[in-house]
Formats: sequence, C-alpha cells, structure tokens
Amino acid sequence: MSSNSRKLQYSLALNEALHQIMEADPSVFLIGQGVKSPWYVGNTATGLLGRFGEKRVIDTPVSENAVTGAGVGAALAGMKPVVVHPRMDFMLYAFDPIINQAANWYYMNGGKLSVPVVFWGIINRGGEQAAQHSQAIHALFSHIPGLKVVMPATAYDAKGLMISAIKDPNPVVYIDDRWLYETEDHVPEEIYEVPIGKAAIRRAGKDITIIAISYACHLAEQAAYELSQNGIDAEIVDLRSAKPIDKDLLKESIAKTGHALVLDVGWRTCGLSAEICSIIAESAFYSLKAPIKRLALPDCPAPASRSLEKAYYLSAEKIVQAAQEILT
Amino acid sequence: MSEYSKDLLVELYKQMLTIRLCEESLVDPILSGEIQCPVHLCSGEEAIAVGVCAALQKQDYIFGTHRSHGHFLAKGGKVEELIAEVFCRDAGCSRGRGGSMHLVDAEIGMLGSAPIVAGTISLATGAALASKIRGDKRVAVAFFGDGSSNEGVLFESLNFAAVNRLPVIFVCENNLYSTHMPIRDCRPNEEIYRIALPFDIPSKRIDGNDVLAVYEAANEAAVACRNGTGPFFIECLTYRLRGHVGPDDNIQGTHTDIRPKEEISKWKQKDPIPKFERYLLESGIISQDDLKEIKAEISKEIDRAYHAAQQSLFPKEQELMNYVFK
Repeated sequence: MSSNSRKLQYSLALNEALHQIMEADPSVFLIGQGVKSPWYVGNTATGLLGRFGEKRVIDTPVSENAVTGAGVGAALAGMKPVVVHPRMDFMLYAFDPIINQAANWYYMNGGKLSVPVVFWGIINRGGEQAAQHSQAIHALFSHIPGLKVVMPATAYDAKGLMISAIKDPNPVVYIDDRWLYETEDHVPEEIYEVPIGKAAIRRAGKDITIIAISYACHLAEQAAYELSQNGIDAEIVDLRSAKPIDKDLLKESIAKTGHALVLDVGWRTCGLSAEICSIIAESAFYSLKAPIKRLALPDCPAPASRSLEKAYYLSAEKIVQAAQEILT
Repeated sequence: MSEYSKDLLVELYKQMLTIRLCEESLVDPILSGEIQCPVHLCSGEEAIAVGVCAALQKQDYIFGTHRSHGHFLAKGGKVEELIAEVFCRDAGCSRGRGGSMHLVDAEIGMLGSAPIVAGTISLATGAALASKIRGDKRVAVAFFGDGSSNEGVLFESLNFAAVNRLPVIFVCENNLYSTHMPIRDCRPNEEIYRIALPFDIPSKRIDGNDVLAVYEAANEAAVACRNGTGPFFIECLTYRLRGHVGPDDNIQGTHTDIRPKEEISKWKQKDPIPKFERYLLESGIISQDDLKEIKAEISKEIDRAYHAAQQSLFPKEQELMNYVFK
C-alpha cells in the first residue's frame, strides 16, 4: 500500500503526529490531565508513555491554571509543550496563562521571547453531557491577539495541523472534537504540515458557498449531497483555522457562487460565524446575489436531554433548509 | 561572616546600590509626568533580588512581577535597557512595548515579568519542568509578593512542583501590603512560609532586608534544587520605602498610602543598604573612601543610562503591529 492511499482514523492520525514529532524533536512533550488514560484522551496518546517515558508524557493533577502556566513557562525556557485539556470547558481555569501570559508575552517583550506552546482542547459534547462538558469556545480564543486557533475537520488535517501547531513559534490553540475521532481519511505515513491560516475547498460547486469548520464540515458534506439531489451544486470551504482566517479563499469562492451560508460549531452572538459574515460583507459584498445566512449554536447553554440536544446542534437537514432559503 | 569573599560582598553592595539609585532616578520624571507608564519602585526591597540572584548562575531562570526592576538588574540586565523601557522607548529591553512591568532578557535568564498577581509563578514552575526534562540542572525562581498568597494558582503550583520534585524556588517578598491592604486583612495569619509546609516543601521565613541572610537561604535552596530535592520556599520579610505605584502616594497628594508613619519610619531604620554598608565598614571590608568611590561610579552609570534613555526614540507608529506574532 502506498503511503498516500493509507486510511487512518482521526484520533490515530493525531497519535501518529505526536509519535513522529516527539521522535524528531526532543523538546516536544505532552502534558495534561489524563494523558495516561484512554478515558480522557481516547487513543490519541496510545504508546507515547511507553516510548518517551514519564518525563515527556506528563499526567497531571487537576490544576489547569498551574499546569497550563507550566507549559507556557517551559516554552519560554526552550521547550515545545503540548498542553492537553481533554474537555475544553476546563480550559476556562487556564485563561490567565493562555490569554494574559502566552498570547501577550512576545508582544509585551518587544519580540525578544516567543512562546512556542500548543494548547490542545478537546470538544467533548453530545451524549446528554450538558453545559459544562460540551462547550466549543474557539471564538473566545480567536478574539485574542497573539493566539492562532486551528480546528481540523479531517484526519489528514488533524495530523498536519498538529505538526504545524507544534512547529509554530507562537502559541496555537488546537481544537478537535470527539465526534470526529472515528472519521477516516487518507493520511500519509510521513511527517507533514498543513499550513495554519489556509482554508480548503472540500467540495467544488457553483451555486452556493457553505463555509464550515471542524465537525460542521462533515454535516456540510452530507447536506451538499442532499442539495445535489435537488440540483443545487454547493461548494464547501473548510476554514481549518479560526484564526487567522483565509479571507482570500472566502472571497474567491463567493465571487464564483454569489451565495454564502456560514456554519459554526459554537454560539451565534459574537462568534466565528459573525466574524465570517463581517469579512464577507466587507470584502465580497458586490459578489453576493442574496443575503448571507448563518447557522450556529443558539445562544443557550448546551442542554442534557437528547430531545433538546436535537434542537440545539446543527444537522444536515437544517443546513439543507437554510441553503434552499438562500437560493429561493 | 568572613566566609564570604570581599569580591562577593562588594558585588552584593554594588548591585543593591545600583538598583536603589536607578529607582530613585525615576522619582522626578514620574512626578513631572515625563514617565507615564505605571512604575512600582522596589526601593527598600533590593536585598531580596540581589541575595537570590547571587546564588544563581547565568543560565538559571527567573520570573518577576509588576515590581521587578531589581530582579532584572540583579540577574544581570542592563541599566540603560531598563531605564529606556520605563521611558517606553524603542531602546528598552522590551522595545517600549512592555514598559516597567514587562522586563525581559532571555540571554541572562530573565524570562519576563508580569503584573497579574501570581501569574508568573506557574511559568517559573514550567521553566523548572523544562530543566527537569532536559536534566540540565538549571534552577528557576518565581518572585512574587504577599498578595500572591491569596491566589489559587500559587497553591496549584506548589502542589505540582512538589509532586514532580521540580527545581523551582518560590521567593515570596512579603512587604506586608497587597497594594493598599495590610496583610492582617488579607490572611488569617502573617506567616506566609507556612503555606508551603502541607505540600512537604522545605520553607523558611527570613529577614529580607539582610542580603546575606537572603543569599544563604537562596544558596541552600539552589543547591537542593540542583540535587533534585527541590522545590523550596523562602518568605522574605521586607518593606517598600515608596508607594505601591509611583514614588509615594502621599507626595502625589492623593493620600492613598494608608501605612502608618511610625511603621514607615521603623522600617526605614531597617533599610537593607545602610545596614549592609555598616556591616562592610565595621568588619573592615571596605573603607569610607571605597564607598564614596563606588557611589560616584554607580551614579555616573545611572546618569549616563538616564540621559541615553531620555534622548532615545519612541517606537514608530507604523510598527504598532510588530511582534504580535513571530
């Protein structure tokens, strides 16, 4: 089997990225709650402890603030830490080291010392887990100068963006979604990078641009298939990075289709979808043939009950409906 | 005390005096408004920075706070870069992007300072973690004030450092006030060193105005850290001779400095610099003439740095967005 045709699960692609970069670069280490436990991080950390030892695979007590700060400090001292938060809700305890310290450090010391750290947050929602085990807070991080935010949707990107995030000299927030862990994609066996800040066309189309990120890309693909059955040819732009945003590809795609539907896996108000709509309004207004629409999570905490979850989360059906409304 | 070499003792004195004269040189420009950036002078607290850094090596790491001019200089930072930064000039150690509260010089292990109370304690813990992973025996120091003893991240850091036996020295500069608030209103007891004991971290309380006591404690801590038996906690009792921010809140007419006059004058008697001067003179290590010469030399250096800073350029407007990302 040639390396290009190999298929791998998202979570195992991530695992492979960590194995390969930790092998290649002794300054990389993994730290966070549960890195020894599949219950926390799935199979993303499988085999790392045995291969690299407890010095570089560090399971920690629940002390998100200090542990994340320790990652920042280690980065300042020449290491490349990956600080994992198996449920990103708990990252809220670590806002000081991420936002006050890591994001500002390079600027406030006039470019003398950067912070090559990856803050890896896992969105872990659904399954009636309710409001504090389900949050997608990428927009909060994207608001902060000095942070880059990536959200891979495919196994290929999961690996390539993790490699890029670790190699980046700046703090990068790497956000994945447990809902993606079992999806499969072609993943080269060798080590490779996916550029941060570059979006990708997942499906070329001429009638409407559906802009998505992370798990929403998969819903968009299902929706695009449904739409194609009704003669609507949708183009899907996977942002891949919530910051920086690939404005050029957005403009290009909308220039072609003239219609835009923006999806987000986070909340609506002041969220990523709002930012994308602003960019389109500022830079692609005259390409639009109809008003933009967006589908994001309602401004409501995540509910527990499955009946409410169904209403809360995006679905292919809701995307199809919104696309049809734009085109009528 | 004769166990110390004359060179070391004179160096400790020179460093304390450099910090003091540097701090005092900023008083007038602060009052005149030439310096606008908030400045937290460390006059009165020099012995801690100097005593601790004397026990460290160049490759060791330190992290500071809002009141870190002394830490920066004691670790080997340049006076002219410090003063230029306080003036927010491009020639400053942080190119005028950080100001007085954000001092850095990675070459000498000063990895940064920040005013978020207790915010750099976990960073120092992480620098110690880096040292442990690499096995390069570097020690990291977290300088922080008594106010930090009320922040949760200190306790998380103590626990994490203890569990992982990290080579980090927690140096609490207890000046008895968390901005305006006296320690008795912040804590059920005033003995901050005790907070490290439940984490099985060796901890002691010392006279932070006695540079040799600080040096001895820091040496013991640094040796322990290098031998793999860190972390270590040192509470240094001290007092600031100036206001929380600015030279003296009373001088500025706002009368927000609520410290009792008797307390201030009591602590002036314990000023670490005259105290060490007396020791050096009484034990015959230096003469009055030596002292005069040292003072003249340092004053000249500060004057030079001060005038260079005053004349140096502000960062250019078109460079606003530089250094957001590397």
